[in-house]
Amino acid sequence: MPLPRVNVVVVGAGAGGGVVAKELAEAGLTVVLMERGDWPHYDRHNDDELVSQRSPALGNPYGPDDARYRRVVVNPGGSTSVVLPSEGAYSNNAGCVGGGTVSCGAMAWRYMPQDFRMRSTYGAVEGSTLEDWPLGYDDLEPYYEKAEYEFGVAGDYSENPFGAPRRRPFPMPAFPYNREGRQVVEATRRLGLHPFPIPMLRNSVPYNGRPACIHMRSCVGFACPVDAKSGSQNTVIPRALATGNCELRTGCVVAEIKVDDRGRARAVRYFDPEGRGWEQECDLVVVSASATETARLLLNSKSKLFPNGAGNNHDWVGRNFQGHGYTGAFGISEGEVYEEAGPGATVAICDYNHGNPGLVGGGMLANEFIVLPYSFCDVRPPGEPRWGKAHKDFQRRYYKRIMRLYGPVQEIPNFSARVEVDPAVRDAWGIPVCRLSGGRHPYDQKLGEFMSANAERILKEMGATRTWRGRFGTGLSGGQHQAGTCRMGNDPATSVTNRFGQVHGIDNLFVADASLHVTNGGFNPVLTIMALAYWVSGHIASGWKGGGFR
Amino acid sequence: MGVQPQDPTPPATPGVSRRTAIRMIAVGSAGVAAGVGLTAVVARRDRGAARPRFFFSPREEATLAAFCEQLIPGDDVPGAVEAGVIDFIDLQLVGPHSRFQGLYRAGILSLQNTSLRLHGLPFEDLDGPVQTELVSRVEKGSCPADLWGDPSASAFFGVVLDHTRQGFYGSPRHGGNRGYASYRMMGLAYPNLIGQNRYPAERG
Repeated sequence: MPLPRVNVVVVGAGAGGGVVAKELAEAGLTVVLMERGDWPHYDRHNDDELVSQRSPALGNPYGPDDARYRRVVVNPGGSTSVVLPSEGAYSNNAGCVGGGTVSCGAMAWRYMPQDFRMRSTYGAVEGSTLEDWPLGYDDLEPYYEKAEYEFGVAGDYSENPFGAPRRRPFPMPAFPYNREGRQVVEATRRLGLHPFPIPMLRNSVPYNGRPACIHMRSCVGFACPVDAKSGSQNTVIPRALATGNCELRTGCVVAEIKVDDRGRARAVRYFDPEGRGWEQECDLVVVSASATETARLLLNSKSKLFPNGAGNNHDWVGRNFQGHGYTGAFGISEGEVYEEAGPGATVAICDYNHGNPGLVGGGMLANEFIVLPYSFCDVRPPGEPRWGKAHKDFQRRYYKRIMRLYGPVQEIPNFSARVEVDPAVRDAWGIPVCRLSGGRHPYDQKLGEFMSANAERILKEMGATRTWRGRFGTGLSGGQHQAGTCRMGNDPATSVTNRFGQVHGIDNLFVADASLHVTNGGFNPVLTIMALAYWVSGHIASGWKGGGFR
Repeated sequence: MGVQPQDPTPPATPGVSRRTAIRMIAVGSAGVAAGVGLTAVVARRDRGAARPRFFFSPREEATLAAFCEQLIPGDDVPGAVEAGVIDFIDLQLVGPHSRFQGLYRAGILSLQNTSLRLHGLPFEDLDGPVQTELVSRVEKGSCPADLWGDPSASAFFGVVLDHTRQGFYGSPRHGGNRGYASYRMMGLAYPNLIGQNRYPAERG
């Protein structure tokens, strides 16, 4: 029996898809929101560091699972490895209602105006596809604001001279600095820098019917036991469902978008929780499945006019895969700096995001989230023994004395970092899996070294007795900040969608997630994903003619 | 620094054979029988007796226990063995870490043979400093090449070190970190109760 036709199928209930479902359901369209995972439950994994989205040694608490999912990674020498979701090379984000917003650290950054016009600000970089976005900060500003108010962001930019212009203040007051944060503030001010509280998708006061944060040390990587973290699962998705126009189908894995011979998306083919295959017919499809999975779905959707995958006639789907290299520096404090008040990251500086002499871009620096004991084993100065009594002594002596300033470095996109579908390996449903290949642009290392040196200078000013710099590898970047694989642009030959996330050549197929990002800013991307989803939804709603699109 | 591994004989849990226990774990929470079986396992643990083993033979366990105790040695705070690292690894090898079964089986044998060739004694019977030196060689991969294939010595070391850390520092629900030993060592309040840090008296 065929399923009743609906107006819209949204694939993926994360930061982007949740927003799209809510906006279109409120606009009166009938929506089916497909999510491969389940509703998140704090109690299933509570504060277990080994089953944390950040250190999934024994599996990802918020999906996907190791039993049914696989990816293929092309190693630098050309050989391939099959990797599991709990392994770093898989480049996982999440697979549950709410997606990454359930367990992320919840930093709620707006990108800066320069982040949308990297090419015109800095010029071309050799070997890079660095480009301007087809929209500017001013276009997105109202949607950033909407995201901040509908989800709930706590912050205060009064001491951040680099903050992008904003019409309204944050809906909630900023969180106070923690013990380490207060030291960062004093030291950075002495150095002439500009510290300010990190904006957070987390309630500093009761907001939108959810309580204020209770400061669990197990915050980043975990769900919140009191729902103080603002994710799509406790904000926009309940609102979408409350309209009566949206049906959420959990445990449903979308295999393919059916594109007809005239180049229109007509249905999605998916598997329900029992593994039965279905086709859901619809007027339009919005894909919000993350930079890896959105690209995979488009590539797996072959049709007469798009034999290499939906929107892929110019071989741009899956290209420019990027994330963030994370680096900075560590320092050992004279006395204890640990405070039993999660998540731990409270203060940031944006002095190094742009305007660094001779450099393209930069990044934000912040004090770090609380590092739990297993992960702390890797917090070591170069050359420090990894085991034996020395290991144990370091753990007990320095756990509460470590200071860290770290941040995401804006990556320089390159065409060879890419997501493809593997010709042989399939997942539990028989769907060809992602095949990841390429690496970071060499320029990223230069920026990373610059950022690490800045962080180390601040830690020394804070009085650290010993400091050392972090670094990141040269391999592929992605993970929780994955972006870039369905670039938006004005030229169909060098992009996948137009400036509204509409796939070139398939008028009723849209993308609304970080795949659209031309560049990924020097910030955590989640608020930008949300803002873009509002932007894309607004375009769809305004073009909706009741029963058809355009 | 020598190590006396716990009684390496896999016990016959009353009423539940080892094979049955494995089968019960495998079927998870389905049915009453599994519940009974797991209760029996837990009861044994609480008595502090030797743990049932799902994967390691007594010989393998003796060697691995000595190796892990080198990685995180006991002092005034429990080391790897006392904190339950072997229980953790053994349990996870029939669960999320089942893909490492071959690595452990082959790697432990290579380690045993390396010790016999270089010192004429099983690894667990070596003096502490000699064990330390041999662990260093395994870490660096400077072992007799004909005794190590897949895994290489350094690959084996890397996996065992990671799993030892997981067992020592992870949640006790997985079989290691007995009595929250590592949390106590690092001065972390535990269990991590929801809302405990809202009350000054409970601050870690």
